[in-house]
Amino acid sequence: MNLRTFLLGTCSAVALAGLAQAETLTIATVNNGDMIRMQKLADDFTSKNPDIELEWVTLEENVLRQRVTTDIATKGGQYDIMTIGTYEVPIWAKQGWLLPLDKLGADYDVDDLLPAIRSGLTIDDKLYAAPFYGESSMVMYRKDLFEKAGLTMPDAPTWDFIADAARKITDKDNEVYGICLRGKAGWGENMAFLTATANSFGARWFDENWKPQFDQPEWKETMEFYVKLMNDAGPPGASSNGFNENLSLFQTGKCGMWIDATVAASFVTNPNESTVADKVGFALAPDKGLGKRGNWLWAWSLAVPAGSQKSDAAQKFIGWATGKDYLKLVAEKEGWANVPPGTRTSLYENPEYQKAAPFAKMTLDSINSADPKNPAVKPVPYVGVQFVAIPEFQGLGTAVGQVFSAALAGQMSVDQALASAQQLATREMTKAGYIK
Amino acid sequence: MARNVSTQRKLLTTVVAWTIAILIFFPILWTFLTSFKTEAQAIASPPVFLFFDWTTENYFEVQSRSDYFKHFMNSVVVSFGSTLLGLVIAIPSAWAMAFAPTKRTKDVLMWMLSTKMMPPVGVLVPMYLIFRNTGLLDTRTGLVIVLTLINLPIIIWMLYTYFKEIPGEILEAARMDGASLAKEIVYVLTPMAIPGIASTLLLNIILAWNEAFWTLNLSAAKAAPLTAFIASYSSPEGLFYAKLSAASTMAIAPILILGWFSQKQLVRGLTFGAVK
Repeated sequence: MNLRTFLLGTCSAVALAGLAQAETLTIATVNNGDMIRMQKLADDFTSKNPDIELEWVTLEENVLRQRVTTDIATKGGQYDIMTIGTYEVPIWAKQGWLLPLDKLGADYDVDDLLPAIRSGLTIDDKLYAAPFYGESSMVMYRKDLFEKAGLTMPDAPTWDFIADAARKITDKDNEVYGICLRGKAGWGENMAFLTATANSFGARWFDENWKPQFDQPEWKETMEFYVKLMNDAGPPGASSNGFNENLSLFQTGKCGMWIDATVAASFVTNPNESTVADKVGFALAPDKGLGKRGNWLWAWSLAVPAGSQKSDAAQKFIGWATGKDYLKLVAEKEGWANVPPGTRTSLYENPEYQKAAPFAKMTLDSINSADPKNPAVKPVPYVGVQFVAIPEFQGLGTAVGQVFSAALAGQMSVDQALASAQQLATREMTKAGYIK
Repeated sequence: MARNVSTQRKLLTTVVAWTIAILIFFPILWTFLTSFKTEAQAIASPPVFLFFDWTTENYFEVQSRSDYFKHFMNSVVVSFGSTLLGLVIAIPSAWAMAFAPTKRTKDVLMWMLSTKMMPPVGVLVPMYLIFRNTGLLDTRTGLVIVLTLINLPIIIWMLYTYFKEIPGEILEAARMDGASLAKEIVYVLTPMAIPGIASTLLLNIILAWNEAFWTLNLSAAKAAPLTAFIASYSSPEGLFYAKLSAASTMAIAPILILGWFSQKQLVRGLTFGAVK
């Protein structure tokens, strides 16, 4: 062996040893703008922590949900960090599937997290997931169409005003529809909107003893209002419209109003994507004078599966991605308007952010007015504003969503749909042992 | 004797054939066109067909965000690997069933096919546990094995039908000349069944390339093929249709080109034995 081979061998051995020490974190995440931005900016984290490498698995929301649920339920250990929503966190934490996050770093400032968001991610006073971005829902409306119709949108409209305005704005000959709402069946599609709306009408999914409540007058009122409004002032084929379909209708100028996720605000005001970018106004989700608004609450959050071998490194990353410095980093590189919204009080107190994001105040007010532990007018036994945080809800919510979507399409009457929903829910809840 | 076909009739069949072909091809064409639009043009109403500012921005964006080549290599290894492994198992099995049938051969064939009738999600959790315990999660080897297993019934069925067309006397003659069983299969049967084997091979590569349930569920970061690459561009909250189209075009292009070059083989193989 000559000297050169010896040196080469030693060098590669050292290099290999160095590689072997680096810890690789596999992060499962959803495909949305804020998450993609985080991937691009992750160099900042790896340069500060050269001993940690990151590997990303980006998937569409529903695929991701199935994928990570399979993994965590079987303790597959494929992911060190999972992006999950407010629906999963309480269920998974109770199952003992998540690690409490207590090593997020000294300067993390957990009290700065928005109380509504934090409470949805906290179980028994322990934080089980750190919010990466939070969202609620609100009214987005076309200022020009309102002006033309001689209407003024209040900051906090009522459902009656919304319905009246929607009918006045509608001009079906010119393909302008007063209101676009979700109709596509799914627990995260039409049922997110309808459950949140029902909260403001005084309805609830279950009473304190888990008895389904679709046979109550509040649900009937909600559904009759929704179906009639959509028939009078909604776009054709609304029963197959979800977030994306409505976003596309709104951006091409076909909707007078759209009530949906606050995250849509940055899309509809983006001149590169939207033909109505400079004509959009925002208002709080409507109410019925009962003390609850029809807005939801969701937070995409980062969590560490229990039994993770790399929990320290994973928490270090979560501390970076959901910390205050990350918001500053995004602002520096991409501008304040692109900072992930809805997680920290300090962001909303920042004058630069207020200036750059015209929808900031509305987002904050919407989030603050949602209470996941007390979502309806009447008391409920569950957590969750636009969902019920029990494992059975995904299946049940989608089944009820299909019935309500059919009612919107005119395939059955509201009464038939509610009777069917009541039957579905009673059967499912009896089977799952909540009621006898 | 050839039938007399009137010009009118010829014209009609041509028009019908073209219409059907365009209808089938249209979604792919639309995906291709959309991949060159901006996100705003992608959702424009009424839709823009050809007259827009063509841009390759989406392709650059997709390439800068994800490692296409890694996913591509995974797809190649997984689809070719599983098909070749499948053929190695299926050729002897199909030989046995075609040339040495027993009373139960038909039942065995049906039983194999019946495994395709179960919805895959029904066995997701047991499969996931087996993969976890054997360390096969997120490995190409694991995906090759699972795709071999799910495509095996189809491979065996196709080969069985092709082999049935080959006269057993030829194999008998080889045996008379002293060929061993292995030699009989490798040197006599296989060359005669080449068109059938080729079309089975191609069809299964396409099936394995497009398989999106197991490849998504059993892979994470390392072994993820192009199906995962596409899934990372789909989003229920956000209109990224142009980027999604660019990713889809990139994902289907290799298999489309392969299919194009081998279409003669494919068609010949698929119609093999139909007229005798």
